Amino acid sequence: MQQLTSFAADYTRYVLKGGTKFYAWMGSLAVLIIGMMYVFYLQNTEGLIVTGMTSQIHDGLYFANLVFLVGVAAGAVTIVFPAYVYHHEGMHKVTVLGEMLAISAVIMVTMFVFAHMGRPDRLWHMIPLIGIYNFPHSMLGWDVLVLTGYLILNAICGFYYLWVKYTGGEINRKFFMPLVYISIVWALSIHTVTAFLIATMPARPMWFHGMMPIRFIATAFAAGPCLIILAFLIVRRNTKMWVEDSAIDLLSTIVTWCLGIALFLTMSEVVVELYARTEHANGLYYLMFGLHGLTALVPWFWSSIVLMVASFVLFLIPAVRKNYKLLPIPCVMAFAGIWIEKGMGLIVPGFVPTPIGEVTEYYPTFVEWLLTLGIWAFGFFILTILLKGAIGILQGEIKYGAAK
Amino acid sequence: MNSNETPPADPAKELSAECPAPPASADPAASALKTSRRDFLKAGGMLSLSSLMGTGALMAQSEDAHAAAEWAEHFQKNYRLMTPEEKNEARLRLERRHSQEYGKQVTVDITDAQPGMLMGYALNIRKCIGCRRCVHACVAENNQSRGSKPGEKIEWIQVLRMERGEFAKDKMNHGYPEGLGIQVGGNAYTPAGQVLEGQYHYQPEAVPEKDATYMPIACMQCEKPPCVKVCPVRTTYREADGPVVIDYNWCIGCRMCMGACPYWARRINLTSPVLPKEEMNPVTHYLGNRPRMRGVVEKCHWCLQRTRHNRYPACVEVCPVGARKFGNLLDPESEVSKILERKNVFRLKAELNTFPKFFYFYD
Repeated sequence: MQQLTSFAADYTRYVLKGGTKFYAWMGSLAVLIIGMMYVFYLQNTEGLIVTGMTSQIHDGLYFANLVFLVGVAAGAVTIVFPAYVYHHEGMHKVTVLGEMLAISAVIMVTMFVFAHMGRPDRLWHMIPLIGIYNFPHSMLGWDVLVLTGYLILNAICGFYYLWVKYTGGEINRKFFMPLVYISIVWALSIHTVTAFLIATMPARPMWFHGMMPIRFIATAFAAGPCLIILAFLIVRRNTKMWVEDSAIDLLSTIVTWCLGIALFLTMSEVVVELYARTEHANGLYYLMFGLHGLTALVPWFWSSIVLMVASFVLFLIPAVRKNYKLLPIPCVMAFAGIWIEKGMGLIVPGFVPTPIGEVTEYYPTFVEWLLTLGIWAFGFFILTILLKGAIGILQGEIKYGAAK
Repeated sequence: MNSNETPPADPAKELSAECPAPPASADPAASALKTSRRDFLKAGGMLSLSSLMGTGALMAQSEDAHAAAEWAEHFQKNYRLMTPEEKNEARLRLERRHSQEYGKQVTVDITDAQPGMLMGYALNIRKCIGCRRCVHACVAENNQSRGSKPGEKIEWIQVLRMERGEFAKDKMNHGYPEGLGIQVGGNAYTPAGQVLEGQYHYQPEAVPEKDATYMPIACMQCEKPPCVKVCPVRTTYREADGPVVIDYNWCIGCRMCMGACPYWARRINLTSPVLPKEEMNPVTHYLGNRPRMRGVVEKCHWCLQRTRHNRYPACVEVCPVGARKFGNLLDPESEVSKILERKNVFRLKAELNTFPKFFYFYD
């Protein structure tokens, strides 16, 4: 118990201390977070009318980010899997960082859930026993279950590991390893279920196909590691922690292949839908070329394609992939491309046209952009703290009895 | 045309017809087999809520009935799990709040489904003239949000206007890119012919228009409703007498049901409904037309406040051409049963296996 309080105290003391750069970063994030709190208040007093959503297009930027970030959370498994299944040395040293990323991503997802709801004050209706949990019928119920489970698994695995490092004890493998293996499979489940969430609606032909889960996972395992690579490069530059080249190289290889598979799946969908060009392809057609003269998403789609294809080509070139000065460029490109493809480019055209054939457009409002940005800022705020604490412990700067 | 005031032909006779077998029920509260899990959930819910209700009771003594009622509403259970006493309490609370809010005596009916009743609807698409009186009668009856700003106006019925003469001689060769005519020259990139793609913002000087046909749609009250399946909190469910209803106080506004509905029947209250006092219909049902709140989903419920008391839905009553028929599917002598037996009947999007109880027919 005494160890636990000193762990909490040492951890807090360590993560709160930092240089000017650290405070400037956290301060600017805090400004965005305060802005986010204000628009969240606005949205929950005025109603969703302050957003661009309508009864026709009723899932927008929030839902898009939610879906995307579930993928980022699942992407952490690209570290955990090689580390524990293939005993990859470089990865093993940084597994905890991946788990911290997963925790932050799931927290962001939860916040986007709150942003998305019409009545977030009633979310307790979903809690079993005091509310009603429509399980196993509701896919949203499944999604809440797997996401909560994933958060808990990562928190336990990550912080148990850090705790052992902190106290200088031995890892209880009988307790730890099963949890690690469960969390690997669980990571797949969170994104599969999120795909099922929208793919199980025959009312929306754009989403109603069995390719959705694998496409979700392929894009997740491209976007997630991209963010991790960027985080690792920043960690290498700014902290005493050294992330091995082999870890970064393996991640960029994973990104390359998953990005290739994602592009292949996108191509398959386009061919299948547009060859026959039935009414059911209207959503995709709207996304790619516009429908009835409405073309709001067309630039989004093509910029996403350009970003993904170009970054794929760059990733294929070893001179780029192995050059850590250039590597961030395709990483940012792929991350942005997938954010568009899986966000605005997937969610919005699902509603265009509506089941009765109405074609409308959706433009996110300032409130939505600020709320979205604020949640991302909050996510990075948490991520910075978690990474800083984890690195401190891994480097031995926080140790039981060593402080003060 | 003031058919709004005209009493229905003889709905009492039709609706109260005897029927030996009770209707099939998807309502777990009404089914005979009560699982222990449900009882457990119920007990757990009551236990945890009882303490909160105490707080609500304290608040109820305050001057402001509105705030107190809203406070207590926050902690009430899902309507289906309420005991009759709790339902009555919720009813009184709402009546007090709404009466104060709208400055008139508002009643909130909690009449349950009656045995022997399975509501059904049939619409004669040959007769519909696209006048949209049903749309307006529905809004007046069911307290939908009015308002001029986009997102404030809610209508449950959509009358889709379809072009007639798409295959007329003069459009013979307009297959591409207009999507009309008979000859499309192998370029069938857009559908040539009618799909369920209509326009409901039409503003004609007179109806029916020469070059249009009309297809009214609203909630189909499916027997296998996709919206009910996806609801994470079971706030929307099929009532024992057929209609799919929503407990507006339990809805979390996640909008999964709106995504799942193949008929685009559901609407979200993007803001607090705009409902002028003088236009508010004070005769309401708990699961029907009582005023809704910001952030919840709503839809057609076949005017439960009327149909549970042997009256026709407002749209049926107002239809000037008698295109809309409503009745008891369990009564072989009802008009709807006769139509299903004798006319050319079809369901919309039958391929989705939603089994609507809203049928279309033509003579």
